[in-house]
Amino acid sequence: MNNLSALMIFLLLFAAGSALAEDPPQSVVTEAAEELEVCSAVHLEASDTPEDAGGSVSLYWQMEIDGFEPDSLGVMRSDPSGGEELIVTLPFGTVMYTDQSADNGTEYDYWVVSYSGGTVGTSSNRAEAVPSAQWIYKGRIGMLIILFLMAAVIIYYIESGKKGRKLFIREIAGLAAVDDAVGRATEMGKPVLYIPGIMDMDDIQTIASIVILGRVARKTAEYGSSLLVPTSRSVVMSVAQEVVKEAYIQVGRPDAYNKENIQYLTDDQFGYAAGVDGIMVREKPAAIFLLGTFYAESLILAETGRSVGAIQIAGTAMPSQIPFFVAACDYTLIGEELFAASAYLSREPKLLGSLKGQDAAKLFFMILIVIGVVSATIGDFWSPLKSVAEFLRKLVTVN
Amino acid sequence: MNWEILGIWLGALVTLFLYSFLYRDNPFYKFAEHLFVGMSAGYWVIYNIENVLIPNWWQNMFPEGGGFDWVWLIPGIFALFMLARIWPKTAGLSRLSLGMIVGVGAGLNMVSFFQTNALAQVKGTIFSVASGGVWDIFSSLVLVVGVVSGLVYFFFSKAHTGIMGKTANVGITILMVAFGASFGYTIMARLSLLIGRSQFLLEDWIPTIPRLLGIGG
Repeated sequence: MNNLSALMIFLLLFAAGSALAEDPPQSVVTEAAEELEVCSAVHLEASDTPEDAGGSVSLYWQMEIDGFEPDSLGVMRSDPSGGEELIVTLPFGTVMYTDQSADNGTEYDYWVVSYSGGTVGTSSNRAEAVPSAQWIYKGRIGMLIILFLMAAVIIYYIESGKKGRKLFIREIAGLAAVDDAVGRATEMGKPVLYIPGIMDMDDIQTIASIVILGRVARKTAEYGSSLLVPTSRSVVMSVAQEVVKEAYIQVGRPDAYNKENIQYLTDDQFGYAAGVDGIMVREKPAAIFLLGTFYAESLILAETGRSVGAIQIAGTAMPSQIPFFVAACDYTLIGEELFAASAYLSREPKLLGSLKGQDAAKLFFMILIVIGVVSATIGDFWSPLKSVAEFLRKLVTVN
Repeated sequence: MNWEILGIWLGALVTLFLYSFLYRDNPFYKFAEHLFVGMSAGYWVIYNIENVLIPNWWQNMFPEGGGFDWVWLIPGIFALFMLARIWPKTAGLSRLSLGMIVGVGAGLNMVSFFQTNALAQVKGTIFSVASGGVWDIFSSLVLVVGVVSGLVYFFFSKAHTGIMGKTANVGITILMVAFGASFGYTIMARLSLLIGRSQFLLEDWIPTIPRLLGIGG
């Protein structure tokens, strides 16, 4: 019995020992299977992103078809110093990524790892790339050509104007009233209020407004009326002071220039509106100019101006605010009329030439639209014309 | 002191002070106006220092990792030129900074404006007007005629007489219809602002009055 028991114990121990010695634990089996079967990224390609400002590397890869899907993919990067980092984790199925955090001129090594069950699985091949910046973006060459042509036409008209050729500009109703408005203020002994919008000097409408301010300032200097310019931006205040001072000097009235009349209120949109409203009701200007970029404060300003009985000339290229000016002001410069105003008022060849050049561009676009629409419409019935419309659409496409 | 009630009362009083302008200019409005202008001016000074000057200039000049990037001295010098306006003798220096701001602003905007306001619009208008149902065709025709006649209205090199004048009239008529629709839409949005303010006064502020007077709960 004892021998039999000893034999059985021996056999059991032997079997257990054999099992331990020959078979790995179950967890090890699973991990090994996963490492073998999870599909990995292959054919990884890394290249400098073309036609960009640099600092960017484009990565493309494919996924193995055999094996099971990983949970996610990690894009790894190493730099010449040997430092490795995970730059992004992407969902399975992603086959491209653009690394925007690279430094120009540094050679990077990239590889993609597959994650499965919280552990790192297989890795792709490694690919190298050096990011760099390019000077030319080919997607905008079409625009460059159109801009060059426009510039050539503008220069042509400017030179023509300088040589004495009369450049005709049609009458713009609101601008014909500028002199009347300033004259009215002078007769009534009240100031002129000029509001150059609420945006900064990097805004085209503000720039156009400041040019018109120069003209209005010349008139107020000539007539001897007071000009108030509250601004919403400190830089606009500085520019306005320079422009008004220049205008007063040009008409020989530097003594009449008062720097304090051109003041900064606040950058805050409605704080500015409240401040200007206060100026309107206290100073009771006889003429108010609202020219520039306006947003929700436009009706607040225009209504208050109307309530004090001022003649109001407004102008903006903000489509959502034009209706308020049309409703509450005596004259409104709609959209591009604001930009044409400076040329119209000054009659300077430089500005008139620019306006004529823009008109030429508008004529070109009108012709383009008419030909495009006609060819696209007929192209529905006669296919050769469809390609004409496609060509024209391509011509004005900027990537 | 209950800070929440104090905040509600301040908001309500300033709202009422500002609305008092609907009657006429008065000391309450003046107080609210000066408070608003002064506080917002102060707020924007700090905002610009914290969100523009420090992150966009100072931290680039003195990066976190240490060192000094001298290139950032250039905008600093231009900024000092602006401050030079304080003294009449050096005021002219500010023109360099102003010229830089205006030139860079115009140059950068030229590309984006031309792309979005010209090329993209032209591209969007080149399509077949014969596709779809009757209303689609009508809508397409209105769009194309509106764009072309609108462009004719903004053509300054020729007087608005004859066929040119008639086409320009069509353009400005379509523009005015669009402005009317925009006006109505915006007025609705403004009324919702008024309703919001009225709700604040009626639902948040009015109920605090009995509480302060010790009446009711």
